[in-house]
Amino acid sequence: MRFSLSISKIIRTLLIIGLVGFISACARTPTNNIDGGTPGSQQEFLVTVGDRIFFDTGSSIVASVGQETLNKQAVWLNQYSNYNIIIEGHADERGTREYNIALSARRAAAAVNYLISRGVSANRINSKAYGKERPVAVCNDISCWSQNRRAVTVIN
Amino acid sequence: MKSFNRRNALKLTASSIALLMASSAVFSQVKITVTGGQFTPLPIAIPDFASSDASFGLELSDIVRSNLTRSGLFNIIDKASLPLQTGDVAQTPNFSSWQSTKADALVMGQVERTAQAQGSVRVWDVQASEQVVGKSYSTDANNYRRIAHQISDVIYSSLTGEGGYFDSKIVYVAESGPKANRVKRLVIMDYDGANLQYLTSGKTAALTPRFSANGKLLTYINFDDGRPQVYLLDLASGKQQRLGSFGQVTFSPRFAPDGRTIIFSVEQGGTTNIYSMPIGSNKPKQLTSGAAIDTGGSYSPDGSKIIFESDRGGSQQLYVMSASGGGAQRISFGKGSYSTPVWSPKGDLIVYTKQSEGQFHIGIMKPDGSGERVLSSAFHMEGPTWSPNGRVIMYFSDPGGNNGAALYSIDIWGRNLQKVATPTFASDPAWSPLLS
Repeated sequence: MRFSLSISKIIRTLLIIGLVGFISACARTPTNNIDGGTPGSQQEFLVTVGDRIFFDTGSSIVASVGQETLNKQAVWLNQYSNYNIIIEGHADERGTREYNIALSARRAAAAVNYLISRGVSANRINSKAYGKERPVAVCNDISCWSQNRRAVTVIN
Repeated sequence: MKSFNRRNALKLTASSIALLMASSAVFSQVKITVTGGQFTPLPIAIPDFASSDASFGLELSDIVRSNLTRSGLFNIIDKASLPLQTGDVAQTPNFSSWQSTKADALVMGQVERTAQAQGSVRVWDVQASEQVVGKSYSTDANNYRRIAHQISDVIYSSLTGEGGYFDSKIVYVAESGPKANRVKRLVIMDYDGANLQYLTSGKTAALTPRFSANGKLLTYINFDDGRPQVYLLDLASGKQQRLGSFGQVTFSPRFAPDGRTIIFSVEQGGTTNIYSMPIGSNKPKQLTSGAAIDTGGSYSPDGSKIIFESDRGGSQQLYVMSASGGGAQRISFGKGSYSTPVWSPKGDLIVYTKQSEGQFHIGIMKPDGSGERVLSSAFHMEGPTWSPNGRVIMYFSDPGGNNGAALYSIDIWGRNLQKVATPTFASDPAWSPLLS
């Protein structure tokens, strides 16, 4: 008991040190820190830019939060033009299977069109439609469904 | 004079949904109540089938009893109370001894298995003391269970006036593994779950299987990593091939009743439209246009019309158009959204998925949109398919979370809800036509 307590204390201390280090790194140079990934890396895209946007039920409209993420993606992609991307559209389980394939494709298309409007070249972008077949969050309420209604930008 | 005995009552029950929807006054003189749970199943006596191999006779008569029980329209009288334990197809029954069992119908059968499996059956009207039908069947010995299904069909159809549905197959999607990355394989089985066989490897997900009009081909989507494509599968050879190259997201296929045309949906830049194409022609004809999602096309049995779902009006609703495209008329006007319409093989009804008030429902309506009737409701249900006689519906329902879907059947009167036993989670059922 004492032993496990001290272990958890150590872990907590380490976490705090790590967090402080991360925040201070961010404060110094937002695009040049180890935890956020080296500039131009996939890690940086995931952590600092953000790889996904979320949609309302049944909707493929890119809301303002999603627009901010896509704006950052576009800036990053325009800076690092060596990457091609795939936009993966997804739907939650509160719809029928076939319609959700079409809906997930429409979400992917909305993200594609937004990025193109921000100057990302169309021939760098491909898209996929997963329908409701690949949920990331599994439970029976909106906390999961809202995470599953998404368009994810995968760089390669 | 033909009186309205219980056999006729069964026919009336099974013959028309109109009965349900008609004012009760029209039929009140025959005192038949067919709504809700008040319908009385027809009492029927089925002694074990005679056979030189008694266990074979028992096995096949058990299949028949199980089929008829599962239909919900028959009450099988306890074997022990019958005047004969084993049937005799050669003799006219001693009706007075059968009348005391309260049976309205009596089935006598004889089955044998050598190089071929053979069966004979006679169905008797006990109250009227007359034969209803007599038939003989034979098939390859390996397919001997079909004899029992064919006998079940002739009993069902002679007593209800409807076509049968027991000599048929079900294809569905067998699901296994963690929810976020489920393996989804096509499986085929007999109507009653026997002879289960996997059709696809599971390397890529296979979804939404549908039978051709003669039951020999399947169309489905091969969901290869976010790029669904329509495939054809020849059941005799097992050969699978892609329908053609029509777009990155090609899905929602279904055969036309002519057996050589296929309808499917293609997504392009976020817009989904419906196309039809003679198989092998590689020349799809675009049937819908516009910026909406139009999908879920299903032909009327005469091939002249197509019902489909579209969100062109804001939410998913059902529309009927000509088979050549054009003239789409919305037919669903209830509260909520409507999807996955399938035209009944009889032509009289549309079955669909409905979503309203946080629930999913399976419902039916006439092709003009009237007579809407919800048959079943739950947290989730979708993907209905029709029995060959258009009187039973199968669909799948998923309780959500880490659980998985299962298949259910229910009749068009909203009675006789049954879970269909499958060894894995199961979705997207497709009911074949009668094998015959």
